[in-house]
Amino acid sequence: MSRLDVRKTYKLYIGGKFPRSESGRSYEVVSASGEFLANAAMGSRKDVRDAVVAARAALPGWSGATAYNRGQVLYRVAEVLEGRRAQFVEEVAASEGLTARAAGAVVDAAIDRVVWYSGWTDKIAQVLGNLNPVAGPFFNVSAPEPTGVVGVLAPQASSLLGLVSVVAPVIASGNTAVVVSSAARPLPAVTFSEVLATSDVPGGVVNIVTAQTAEVATWLAAHRDVNAIDLTGVAGAEGVDWAALEAEAAGNLKRVYRPALADGAPVEPDWNADPGLGRIRAFVETKTVWHPKGL
Amino acid sequence: MVTVSTTTRTAQDLTAQARDVLGVSRLTNHALTSWLHGLPGVDQVGCEARAASLGTRSIKTTSKAWAIDTAIGMIDLTTLEGSDTVGKVRSLCAKALVPDPLDPTTPRPAAICVYGDMVATAKAALADSGIHVAAVATAFPSGRASMPVKLADTRDAVEAGADEIDMVIDRGAFLSGDYLTVFNQITEVKQACGTAHLKVIMETGELVTYDNVRRASYLSMLAGGDFIKTSTGKVQPAATLPVTLIMLEAVRDWRDLTGSQVGVKPAGGIKTTKDAIKYLVMVSEIAGDDWLSPEWFRFGASSLLNDLILQRQKLATGAYSGADYVTID
Repeated sequence: MSRLDVRKTYKLYIGGKFPRSESGRSYEVVSASGEFLANAAMGSRKDVRDAVVAARAALPGWSGATAYNRGQVLYRVAEVLEGRRAQFVEEVAASEGLTARAAGAVVDAAIDRVVWYSGWTDKIAQVLGNLNPVAGPFFNVSAPEPTGVVGVLAPQASSLLGLVSVVAPVIASGNTAVVVSSAARPLPAVTFSEVLATSDVPGGVVNIVTAQTAEVATWLAAHRDVNAIDLTGVAGAEGVDWAALEAEAAGNLKRVYRPALADGAPVEPDWNADPGLGRIRAFVETKTVWHPKGL
Repeated sequence: MVTVSTTTRTAQDLTAQARDVLGVSRLTNHALTSWLHGLPGVDQVGCEARAASLGTRSIKTTSKAWAIDTAIGMIDLTTLEGSDTVGKVRSLCAKALVPDPLDPTTPRPAAICVYGDMVATAKAALADSGIHVAAVATAFPSGRASMPVKLADTRDAVEAGADEIDMVIDRGAFLSGDYLTVFNQITEVKQACGTAHLKVIMETGELVTYDNVRRASYLSMLAGGDFIKTSTGKVQPAATLPVTLIMLEAVRDWRDLTGSQVGVKPAGGIKTTKDAIKYLVMVSEIAGDDWLSPEWFRFGASSLLNDLILQRQKLATGAYSGADYVTID
């Protein structure tokens, strides 16, 4: 007797919990070759709003944690990712239409990327901060601080390596994130949320909403309680005008991380390239303090 | 500006009226007990189901805008902490005068609710704005003090200029069946209030059963309370939808019985716009639209105002707002 398929309907990841979409909607996720893979929740603007509330609530704890502790937590994420390697390889292969071998290389790169950023958490201040020479008896120190709640439009094509490459730098410095996953390839993001939930990342630090990017991106960009937005995921997203999103983001002077451009059109960057510090630097604010020198 | 009808009746008047309602020649504890225990029992499951079903209404767009403004106008903006300072009360009054500096069309709350010793401060800060000052009295929140102390507490607040007095009933006496004591205490406090409006806090979280909530509601109305109020906010659970439903039924039936209208004030634990709108739906459905005004329905709340303002900003700007755009005290 053949065993029945366990057909999955995934949910969102908000505040460390896995709620259904407030709208009750879900959509079919198909593989690169068009076969049914699973149902994913289709997040609405209210799910994004709830995710922002959760991210805001998680911010004091996460930004207040020591950099060393954040590094440990990120390393733990890499460990759990590694432990579920087989599942990720299967999902990446199906979602992106790769061979098992190529998908394996992508998953390895994603794990290495998380490890790389976990090493950066307690070095950001050394590299981006400074002890400034001033003409007076003062210590003058510039130190990077997290920007706050960051909205992230995750890449549409690179569903795992791209995802971790945009999420890890945001949370490494102590921000919390509201992530809108790839619309057509959400499954690695869903599994990644399960990884986050079972590693030591506090609930609300990363919130993942599987949704149609065009539907929710405006609400995220306009949200007054979001401090920065990463527009990487507009490349290849249907019906998304990234310039309009940037204009919306100006409503509360959000930091905007623009997509990479080729001939004026947004494109996905090469995720295998050296990531550099650009994404970490984009989501920190420099605080400078003066402190009188003793004798 | 909230208009409040004031009734100055002596304890004798109230006792005489109570005798009429009960149909007895002498108001004894036995008579009160028979009457209160003769009230129909509350169907707990039905009441909770009805309250839950009324909470599922979807209120959108213009209705939501109306509900938000109405709810703001019904708030008794409250600070009742041991750590209250003159400065804290003044800043709360400033917030009541200008709830949202970004939008001057935002309505003002109905009243400021403070401890008795802060009444003068609040009164001075609010001046002739029309916002009332409500004071909690009678050994709030426990109510455990002798009657002369409770009356002195009340008179003190009234003399300082309180427009409204929120008293607590003696739950110990109520639960032990000594209804006459509770009745007499309310009538005496009512008398001590003079022209000030009396709200009777029943502390439903300590009354154990819904039947007791109904009895306490009727007893408070019988004794001359102008408002019946759920809770002090110091005891969990505070205001809940089912308890408020029972109270709204009580004031509706009381008006049919005696012709006089009594207000309802849920207090404690109402923090979000969604919650507030559920209460408004219930007021309209259970008591009727006559109660949909600050004169007859109030919210005892502090953080609710900020959430209402955030929702108001969302409706006005089209973008979700955040805590950076409201004042915190």
